[in-house]
Amino acid sequence: MQSVTKTYRPISWPMKGSGGDTGSWRTHRPVVDHQICNKCQFCWVYCPEAVIDRKEIIIDYTYCKGCGVCAVECPTGAITMVKEDE
Amino acid sequence: MATSIKKLPDTEQVLSGNGACGGCPATMALRIVGKALGSNAIMLLTPSCSVASMGMTPKLGYNWPCINITFASAGSSASGITHAVEIMKEKGRLQGELPTVFSWVGDGGTYDIGFQALSAAAERNDNMIHFCYNNEAYSNTGVQRSGATPRGSFTTTTPTGKRQPKKNMALLMMEHNIPYVATATVAYPGDLYDKVVKAKNIPGMKYIEILAPCYLGWQFDMPETVQMSRMAVRSGAWLLWEAENGKISFNNPSSHIISGKKDPAPVDEYVMKQGRFNRLLKGPDATQRIAEIQGDIDREIAFMRERAKITI
Repeated sequence: MQSVTKTYRPISWPMKGSGGDTGSWRTHRPVVDHQICNKCQFCWVYCPEAVIDRKEIIIDYTYCKGCGVCAVECPTGAITMVKEDE
Repeated sequence: MATSIKKLPDTEQVLSGNGACGGCPATMALRIVGKALGSNAIMLLTPSCSVASMGMTPKLGYNWPCINITFASAGSSASGITHAVEIMKEKGRLQGELPTVFSWVGDGGTYDIGFQALSAAAERNDNMIHFCYNNEAYSNTGVQRSGATPRGSFTTTTPTGKRQPKKNMALLMMEHNIPYVATATVAYPGDLYDKVVKAKNIPGMKYIEILAPCYLGWQFDMPETVQMSRMAVRSGAWLLWEAENGKISFNNPSSHIISGKKDPAPVDEYVMKQGRFNRLLKGPDATQRIAEIQGDIDREIAFMRERAKITI
């Protein structure tokens, strides 16, 4: 990954957030209960957005779109979808 | 045995915050493909959802050199790049390992519009991987009928449900005598990973098709993407298989269905969960049309079972 220099270049560079802060699309936020979580990494592998940290199961809410796939696939039910506050 | 989830590598080639819908099966599959291919690859994209989800200039959502090409030219463009890369290596302008050239194309660009270029590339046996992420419609332009749309499915161009069955594209590609063909789906990431790693190490044309249940096109709830993909495999609507040099072998759990150890789940549950079959279920001839869908699936299973026995 490279950063864009100040001079304009007609080339796109690989960078996070190419669609903006996609976390603002979210209507429900996934919340992990670390007491129940057994770190099976199912949520990490099925997350389409690659926002879940593999080791600690921490979700990056800046980019999480709140699709809820992780909550459905979690075998222990450690992830719940909580409605976002207005 | 497929690679377990804990053994998958850490590399992320799909970056967070791209423009795809939430729960998009295409980026889900592309992440696993990225883990298998690594960063030394060149990606070709025809017009599809994946181009729209690349994001806006000057940022790019995929950590590869990406080339956007015209709809019909996935096969020919990838062929050209493969040859260019080989010549550059020959002339000493490119050091190190040759990059993997792969095209990431939807079902429209594979089944219908891109078919002749792809068929020609397969016949020439050029060293590339063609990925087809199959969401069974032209989802990018608002769900129109494609060659991959199954019988009975609603699209904007088939408002009363499609009357024809889908074609078996993976088998068609296998009949081009290419070294490797595989089908996969997002619900079995270990299986998909193994197939991509295998394809990467085989010279010649490789074709991998990934079933990607699009919740907008198929009209089910967003969190159930992976569930739907799993149900497709369990009902036999999607078979997981790979063919190395024309020898078909089935992967779990499709191998149990093919060998007769386990009966496929009835298609009713799979069909009822999807809104695209809704109009069909509400009509007066609902039972007959579900029987038609079940008939298509049973025929495909029986045909593939017999086809796998031919190993010449």
